[in-house]
Amino acid sequence: MTEVLGTSPDDVQFRFRDDEVADHAQVTVDSFLEQTNAVAVRIEPGDDARVLLPFLDRLQLVEVNFPVFGDGRGYSSARVLREAGYTGELRAVGDVLIDQLAYMRRCGFDAFAPDTPLDEDDAEAAFARWENVYQHAADSRRPIPELRHE
Amino acid sequence: MYQYDQYDQAMVDTRVEEFRDQTRRRLEGKISEEQFRPLRLMNGLYLQLHAYMLRVAIPYGTLNSAQMHALADIAEKYDRGYGHFTTRQNIQYNWIKLDEAPDLLADLAKVEMHAIQTSGNCIRNISSDHFAGAAADELIDPRPYAELLRQWSSFHPEFSFLPRKFKIAVIAAEKGRAAMKLHDIGIQIVKNEAGEIGARFYVGGGMGRTPMIAPFIRDFVPLDQLITYAEACLRVYNRYGRRDNKYKARIKILVHELGKDEYTRQVEEEFAHMLEQGIEPPLAELERIKPYFADPAFETGLSTEIDRSDPDFALWVDTNTHPHKAPGYVSAVISLKPVGGIPGDASTEQMHLMAELSKEYSFDESRVTHTQNIVLPHVKIADLHALWTKLEAAGLGSPNLDTIEDIIACPGLDYCSLANARSIPLAQQISERFAKKGRTQELGELKLKISGCINACGHHHAGHIGILGVDKKGVENYQLLLGGSEAEDTALAKITGRGFDEEGIVNAVETVTDIYLAQRTEGERFLDTYRRIGMEPFKEALYD
Repeated sequence: MTEVLGTSPDDVQFRFRDDEVADHAQVTVDSFLEQTNAVAVRIEPGDDARVLLPFLDRLQLVEVNFPVFGDGRGYSSARVLREAGYTGELRAVGDVLIDQLAYMRRCGFDAFAPDTPLDEDDAEAAFARWENVYQHAADSRRPIPELRHE
Repeated sequence: MYQYDQYDQAMVDTRVEEFRDQTRRRLEGKISEEQFRPLRLMNGLYLQLHAYMLRVAIPYGTLNSAQMHALADIAEKYDRGYGHFTTRQNIQYNWIKLDEAPDLLADLAKVEMHAIQTSGNCIRNISSDHFAGAAADELIDPRPYAELLRQWSSFHPEFSFLPRKFKIAVIAAEKGRAAMKLHDIGIQIVKNEAGEIGARFYVGGGMGRTPMIAPFIRDFVPLDQLITYAEACLRVYNRYGRRDNKYKARIKILVHELGKDEYTRQVEEEFAHMLEQGIEPPLAELERIKPYFADPAFETGLSTEIDRSDPDFALWVDTNTHPHKAPGYVSAVISLKPVGGIPGDASTEQMHLMAELSKEYSFDESRVTHTQNIVLPHVKIADLHALWTKLEAAGLGSPNLDTIEDIIACPGLDYCSLANARSIPLAQQISERFAKKGRTQELGELKLKISGCINACGHHHAGHIGILGVDKKGVENYQLLLGGSEAEDTALAKITGRGFDEEGIVNAVETVTDIYLAQRTEGERFLDTYRRIGMEPFKEALYD
């Protein structure tokens, strides 16, 4: 038996995808690497997201855990996966707070399952707050230095 | 100097609104103090011993007169009539009320200023050479590169929850005036053999508990890859910097533990990958920024004669001016170190005056130095006497740049919740002691730096003479260090031996200067003599 952990579709509070929510048991990175059929995995802050790169084709859900909001390694994990071409669901879980949402979105997260559900209005305002951005990230937004020279 | 366009202004305005919203949610109890803490820190708001302290960013230390006036007004409106210029070329206010902070930020935004990322575990305000664009010995003005980095690092989505704070300095002269090698990333703009301009990267310097001088990890990064290289440096740090112990979380520890070569290898690998991602701002953006830092309309054919008949004026000119690239001009340093004063403090009236003088005599520009003084970068030599007369009248004419009176001191136990000992009273006593004896000028260049705890905000590791305040069984105790430097000859100071009480440390400073005066050879600075004769003669005089 592989340890089953992670969030269920019901835990997802915000989602920016049209496909069906993946309903798969997430497994640890170590378990994932031992299996040939797993399609969902959960990354902890200390995991190296790069070990997943050979398996991006079969992955449907990557859940990135933020045990404490101040540990920002998950932002890099997300970008590493998106830069390598991962297009499946990238779900931020754990200590996910209002004021991290916009950054997470920019790093490629498209689903959010916070431990404590967030105020819907505050979250909506947070997602919409920044009309422009200064730098490239994992989203397709064109940064200000490029907009200036169009 | 740089001016915001509609994009920059919108970003700062949005930040003010965001912070107003965050403060509202905190006051409504929607977020806990623990959750609010990093949010307010990223807006420069610290909870100190007595009140909130707000740190305002002054990118690369450059200000126009409208901004200096606004800083003065803020001191009047929200604080107690003064502000404190810091070792990172910023200003901080010590008596701020939380519910007024959003209004203060809105006032700042009106003059293209902010407090974004002046604290917190993110990329902090970019610092630079305070004589940038003026110094005779400079390759090129480093500030356009600092501005490019400022924009890139503002609200960076991946690097806003780093293991620890992250400080970047950019210079473009061989002379070190920005403590560049004591930063997390130090960048020196250089010219290669082909005559192209690029960036030399030093990574992993810092002070604090574990002082380290940054090793250089790349000799030359082309300008169209500058941001990409910085991004690679940061990503390796964000992924692998230690998070188990905040005292080992700075990048200097990562570079030290991995070794410079292994860290560099990982950065280069990441850099190769990032180059394919196309994240670099277009070179046209750098070209857009550069004209903002173009030389002002310097007059030509100016006199370089100085009437030295007033000895006080002559002394100030000799001590507080710096050679300028344009004939007939100098950079003039306004000392915020009056004898017996608080290093780096300026009153509302003084700030207004400095703003007026920068407009009248220095093309509307002033600079903050990391040594907590103010520079008027472009002053006509012919105007110096008029300028000095006005400074003297306002208590701003101390002729003590880089002397033992020009002390860097952290706020210490008078303000700071981390401090173990007071720094400010010590600085006051030392400057009074040496001024009274009339020995300041005789000692020449002697950089004295005081920290009230091992976090080293007062740069004691980099002092020719450093003082570190510690807590010894509930009593303030001061360790003495010798031989540090933050300049091009960066070195870390060494502790002389057992510490001293408050009176003892002031005497100890005098003792080591006695040894210097007795032992120096022609033209030697204190630091040179120390390097030649070593620690032993100083220790003998202190402890035998």
